[in-house]
Amino acid sequence: MDMRWPLLRQLTGEDRSGRGAAVKSARTAALRARTATADRVVKSICPYCAVGCAQNVYVRDERVVQIEGDPDSPISRGRLCPKGAASLQLTTASDRRHKALHRPPGGADWQEIDLDTAMDMVADRVIATRRETWEWERDGKRTARTMGIASLGGATLDNEENYLIKKLLTALGVVQIENQARVCHSSSVVGLGTSFGRGGATTFMQDLQHSDCVVIQGSNFAEAHPVGFQWVMEAKARGAVIIHIDPRFTRTSALADLHVPIRAGSDVAFLGGIINHVLDNDLYFHEYVVNYTNAATVLREDYRDAEDLDGVFSGFDPETRIYDDETWQYEGMTVSPASGARDMDYERRVGKLPPGRCEMLGATGLPMDGTPQRDETLSHPRCVMQVLRRHFARYTPEMVERVCGVPPELFQRVCRHLTDNSGPDKTAEFVYAVGWTQHSDGAQFIRAASILQLLLGNLGRPGGGIQALRGHASIQGSSDVPTLFNLLPGYIPMPQAHEDLSLRKFLRADSPHKGCWANMSAYLVSLLKAWWGESAQPDNDFRFGYLPRLTGSHSTYDTVLAQLDGVCKGYFLLGENPAVGSANTRMQRLGMANLDWLVVRDLNLIESATWWKDGPEIETGELITEDIGTEVFFFPAASHTEKSGSFTNTNRLLQWHHQAVEPAGDARSDLWFMYHLGRIIREKLAGSADPMDAPVLELTWDYPLVGELSEPSAEAVLAEINGWGPDGRPLSGAGELKDDGSTVCGCWIYCGVHAGGVNRAARRKPHTEQDWIAAEWGWAWPANRRILYNRASARPDGSPWSERKKLVWWDADAGRWTGFDVPDIDVDKDPGFRPPEDAQGVAALSGTDPFVMQADGKGWLFAPSGVVDGPLPTHYEPQDSPVANPLYGRQRNPARKVYPHEDNRYQPSGEEPGASVYPYVVTTYRLTEHFTAGGMSRHTPYLAELQPEMFCEVSPELAAERGLVHGDWATIVTARNAIEARVMVTDRMPSLRLDGKVLHQIGLPFHYGPNGLARGDAANELSAIALDPNSHIQEVKALAADIRPGRRPRGPALPELVRSYQERAGIGAGTGTEA
Amino acid sequence: MGRVGFFTDTSICIGCKACEVACKEWNAVPEDGLAFTGMSYDNTVTLGSDTWRHVAFVEQRRPLGNQEPGVGDMDFRWLMASDVCKHCTEAACLDVCPTGSLFRTEFGTVVVQQDICNGCGYCVPACPFGVIGKRESSGVAAKCTMCYDRLGDGQEPACAKTCPTDSIQFGDLDELRERAERRLEQVRAAGTASARLYGHDEGDGVGGMGAFFLLLDEPEVYGLPPDPVVTTRDLPSMWRHAGVAALALLAGVAATALPIWRRRG
Amino acid sequence: MTSQTDVRLDGSAELRTEREATPGSAGDRRERRRSPEAGPEKGPEKGPEKSYDSYYGRPVLNEPTWQEHDIAGYLFLGGLAGASSTLAAVAELTGRPRLARVGRVAALCALGGSFYSLIHDLGRPERFINMLRVFKVTSPMSVGTWILTAYGPQAVCAGAADLSGRLPRLGRAATVGAGLVGPAVATYTAALICDTAVPAWHEGFREMPFLFAGSAAAAAGGLGMLAAPLSEAGPARRVAMLGAAVECVAATRMERRLGPLAEPLKRSPLLRAGEALSLAGALAGVTVGRRSRIAAVAAGAALLAGSACTRFGIFRAGMESANDPKYTVQWQRRKLA
Repeated sequence: MDMRWPLLRQLTGEDRSGRGAAVKSARTAALRARTATADRVVKSICPYCAVGCAQNVYVRDERVVQIEGDPDSPISRGRLCPKGAASLQLTTASDRRHKALHRPPGGADWQEIDLDTAMDMVADRVIATRRETWEWERDGKRTARTMGIASLGGATLDNEENYLIKKLLTALGVVQIENQARVCHSSSVVGLGTSFGRGGATTFMQDLQHSDCVVIQGSNFAEAHPVGFQWVMEAKARGAVIIHIDPRFTRTSALADLHVPIRAGSDVAFLGGIINHVLDNDLYFHEYVVNYTNAATVLREDYRDAEDLDGVFSGFDPETRIYDDETWQYEGMTVSPASGARDMDYERRVGKLPPGRCEMLGATGLPMDGTPQRDETLSHPRCVMQVLRRHFARYTPEMVERVCGVPPELFQRVCRHLTDNSGPDKTAEFVYAVGWTQHSDGAQFIRAASILQLLLGNLGRPGGGIQALRGHASIQGSSDVPTLFNLLPGYIPMPQAHEDLSLRKFLRADSPHKGCWANMSAYLVSLLKAWWGESAQPDNDFRFGYLPRLTGSHSTYDTVLAQLDGVCKGYFLLGENPAVGSANTRMQRLGMANLDWLVVRDLNLIESATWWKDGPEIETGELITEDIGTEVFFFPAASHTEKSGSFTNTNRLLQWHHQAVEPAGDARSDLWFMYHLGRIIREKLAGSADPMDAPVLELTWDYPLVGELSEPSAEAVLAEINGWGPDGRPLSGAGELKDDGSTVCGCWIYCGVHAGGVNRAARRKPHTEQDWIAAEWGWAWPANRRILYNRASARPDGSPWSERKKLVWWDADAGRWTGFDVPDIDVDKDPGFRPPEDAQGVAALSGTDPFVMQADGKGWLFAPSGVVDGPLPTHYEPQDSPVANPLYGRQRNPARKVYPHEDNRYQPSGEEPGASVYPYVVTTYRLTEHFTAGGMSRHTPYLAELQPEMFCEVSPELAAERGLVHGDWATIVTARNAIEARVMVTDRMPSLRLDGKVLHQIGLPFHYGPNGLARGDAANELSAIALDPNSHIQEVKALAADIRPGRRPRGPALPELVRSYQERAGIGAGTGTEA
Repeated sequence: MGRVGFFTDTSICIGCKACEVACKEWNAVPEDGLAFTGMSYDNTVTLGSDTWRHVAFVEQRRPLGNQEPGVGDMDFRWLMASDVCKHCTEAACLDVCPTGSLFRTEFGTVVVQQDICNGCGYCVPACPFGVIGKRESSGVAAKCTMCYDRLGDGQEPACAKTCPTDSIQFGDLDELRERAERRLEQVRAAGTASARLYGHDEGDGVGGMGAFFLLLDEPEVYGLPPDPVVTTRDLPSMWRHAGVAALALLAGVAATALPIWRRRG
Repeated sequence: MTSQTDVRLDGSAELRTEREATPGSAGDRRERRRSPEAGPEKGPEKGPEKSYDSYYGRPVLNEPTWQEHDIAGYLFLGGLAGASSTLAAVAELTGRPRLARVGRVAALCALGGSFYSLIHDLGRPERFINMLRVFKVTSPMSVGTWILTAYGPQAVCAGAADLSGRLPRLGRAATVGAGLVGPAVATYTAALICDTAVPAWHEGFREMPFLFAGSAAAAAGGLGMLAAPLSEAGPARRVAMLGAAVECVAATRMERRLGPLAEPLKRSPLLRAGEALSLAGALAGVTVGRRSRIAAVAAGAALLAGSACTRFGIFRAGMESANDPKYTVQWQRRKLA
């Protein structure tokens, strides 16, 4: 009998009802999981946010068939968020492009172009523009650069790719090199760097489980970093209190114990209030504060606080809007000696830190000399503790309510939870993201939290610290190996243009004699050797002169204005989408429309690549395709599965992702693009005697090529970043670096990642086989340390503060520091050690100085230098705000950077006439389902369908006030532009009561744009270019706007609507620009 | 081979929808529409042939345990729950399938055989949860398979593996049921009195669900039926009634031709 | 609860088993003006739908994918075929050749239509044969398939023999055979639609078979009246009368028993029309229909239309009850209470 007929199996077998085995088909019986039948499993890292979840990439027949979480990872434990889970579609099924495209000037559409031809053309454009715009000097000072070329992007790329971008473009004399770090977290580097010495998060994800109180503020943890949020849940499971302070009740609030709605942009007042509460009630961790912070340090007599001068500190020059921080100094300790060198005069003129210089603190503290006067009784009227008390005295619960709209009762509850859960055997942790950084005084938001955590003694201890959540796979890496204008690798500052600036003078000006910076000469010389090899010799300053010089700020926003002015003619976009993601997107597009040439490298056709034919300005008639002279090149990029390299996650952890398959068609890695672009340019320039070409021709540019596509070896680049000694053997740590030219090192803080020739970033020992620190998974800078400043986890005498919070301690018998983590202090430095007067470098720090990067070894409650808009955080209103500053006559941050321009108008604020035209506060944010400017999510069906359209979130009260209908359309208007969005009326967007007045806030996701599957107007059409003077970050987290029912007008009527609002508000060139 | 299942603990769901995406990636489920619904953050709307995991979002002016929502002076909570096929012990879709396309696997799960189904659509109205649907493109029924192919190779379903907070837990059903009981006590003890288990009771209308839930409100709030009963429970009675009706029809028609009528006519 | 946040030396990063996260446990929420039980307050313009007895008013069930013209049409044609075969058999045995022919031919045509509808409604018609993979008593559609497998050939044989005039003996046997299976064909469809989660269908499973049997009889009788000569149409008229009566009684009982669930049935104009046409046709049949050929034709047509209306009415009422969550939720709540 033929048993293939199920009926027969049914009648003769066990399964008489025909509902089981009997009816199973042959195909069903043969089913296998494609993860089980894959040819190989390739270890990788998720390309989206900076949590750094590990992925397994399953390959069959040289095609990626599945991507899922790697259970071995101590960070993600095999889990992925929707974006990570969509990686397969992102890399294999989305509308990715695989063909190089070219749009000639005035062209109506793309033309396919041969990849080699395109590369050759781009090389020609670079050479020509460079020749045309080369600048040997400005104002008699050597600059040796071109302002005609700029590049943007890098945070989504590998460290190795960032390294080649910075190396090649710098050698070409390009200084306008920027990436997403500028618009996302540059404020963190300043805020954390000045306070503690390093600009990275002070702790790591898994340590959240040891926290007794997790305060999430300025971050939507659960939505923006879902997999990292599992560690908040772990803390909760262990009994922690979870507090979310945010304008909206989000998916994070839904899982928290306490949600505190707050007015966007008022966090400094809120944190200041807590600081005041802690000081007023003497709730601070006394022994910690006295020994580990600069609370006892005495300030100079001529220092004047913002409290004394109604919102401005001493040393402010209203003309230049720049502070001279001389009066902020410690008594008896001065910044690098002013030995009359004109260098120093220059420094003095523009303040200790030229634009962008603050970020050198990303890795190390500030230059200082001498021994400060201290009063450990904390009673001296000029000691930092007393200054702090006076500064925050007016930040009372009532003031918090007036500024933030937070009821005193709620505020008190936050204070109680926080202080109850801090001390010797309890620790509280702060978690923040761009909700704090993206303000015109963003760095001060982080400073405020730093002060609070220092007072509570939570720094350097398990379950404590400040967790900065970054949003791109390698945005930390693109700051460490910076594609940023103001930095060289390892946070070495880019030299500013001075007359006859020599290496010696540069080092004297910038490197201190105490703390780590004392070795800067070794770091810099080793870097110069890495770039110019044999050509770099002591007698030629190791080619220090080949470095182009800065003159002020060259941030991405300065570049936009340079484009509008016709100065910047060529533009590289490397995985960044400014037409959606940067402030004032309209201005971004107008800038690009004024270029000679534009190179876009991305996975698919993002808005920044197609604005010339379908951008908003085409629709309004402001631009006409035929009249746009910009030549546009589109190069399809390789995805993370198609190249090898390392990402540095938000906790400074380098993780290597291995190539799984070759990229298809013309898709190539940015490593390939930069290397071969450099190769072609060098070939074309070969033999040139022009001195401007020497830096390019003498550049070390010889990386082994692998595979049919001649892909440069990423590991070889990593080896150069790590560096090697005279014998050519890999260095094992920055301590081995010399300034005699005998060592080579591309980025000193990464020195050790390739120690012994082993790629430590690729280490993947399962977390189940090691302790909770999981030190053998990847490699973290500095020196594979996971919790920074962890010497502070022990008492001054070296014993743990408590048994349950022990991390690192002094083993007296062995005479060395020991513990779970790598001690953040010389392992053999006795707690009792006191340095001699004349001590230099790290040796000048005592055994009780946990902040070893700081020149005084202390955590900075008060920043005597380094923060250009004030030594202490002070509440200023956002650039555009419907609220008048209740604390000071000074409405806005006096030192902020504004860019008056007809396309970048600011609005009247507070009591100023016309302010009522824009009565509502707007805040922008991420959704779990999308990624930044959408290039990696809006083109991906599985993600697009989850949040398919741009919407705005408003409270029922605001909806009633403005006649907004749920599910219908609304138009949001600012002085820059107007956008439309679907209306989401929800209780999650609570209206606030401050000063008796009701204030409504509007929530706008910033992901959307006209391209892709999930579409809508970009929220950044509304934002202005108004920057934090420290970090040049734009203010997009707190705006003022009007909202009205219905869709926005089309065509010329749109700019007309915006203009009519400007007129009603009486907006002119000067509006909102005063200091 | 013991019976396996899902325990979805909605009290720790962060509504990230990773389960929806991981499911679609693994099973190559088509994209299911790009419409803005205004149903809070839910643009997926419901389970069906092209959606095998669905995260529900419910905004309520009700309290969540001792949580302080800070939303004005009113109570507020935001419930999120990932719904999925229940893999019922007594599965109506499986019972009514005329081709044997739907079958009970060695893992105790209920799976559609794509190569057998002829798209009669009977399973669609049979399901008391509105889970299964007929896919336009292929013309055959489709629903969660609990990643049958993965189970065969000793791997857990894609949704459970990806879930960032372990809201979706996969494992031996009996073990999961015990875990759920303990968990319910925890959640209630922590102040959320409204917590309850849904589908863990073998005495319910479908003989207990292979995928059951810890909910924080009534089932219907999440779009689940409060007391679903497998329709085939009444089938024997249906057959009896149909049989009697058939015989009555036969007898009735026969009776109409009896000679008595002729005499009268 | 006791804190467990101390740094552990066991090394494992795994969660301790005693407890999982309990969000909201430590919030010590403020007392509210309104008690939690107050539920949603009437406020200004609300966002997402705030009624808590359904999910944004969405149906709990997925709407049946069955096409109305196919499935409702099949309910009608199947009933017509089955009852006609029985009527034909009875006519054959009681010496009413022309009524028997009408029944056979009607069954043949209705059967053809039925098969067309059933196959047409499949998502993968070419896989129709998969229906024969198994025999499942748990599936009315499977059972129905085998009933049709038994009935179909006989009905075809009977019809073919009649039309061709060949093999009269075989034809006669097939006629009787089809007549015996016919009632099953006419009533299994009731179990078919009742064996679903569609409230108005499922809950009516006690009356539905009788309603369908009656409707089928009425249709068959109607066709008999319409096509057979007055002299032989007697049984047809009586079958129609009987069928219409049973149909109405069953419908009324069902509506009474279903209570609130009957709303869609009561609201249905098709059902009302169906009852009216059936009763009118039947009455006309047994009165004027006995004498006037025209009246008989009209009455027959009315009965056919009535039966069709009833089947389409039942189908639509079911759809309606599936698409409104209240019929699912409130009915189940009532049973729980």
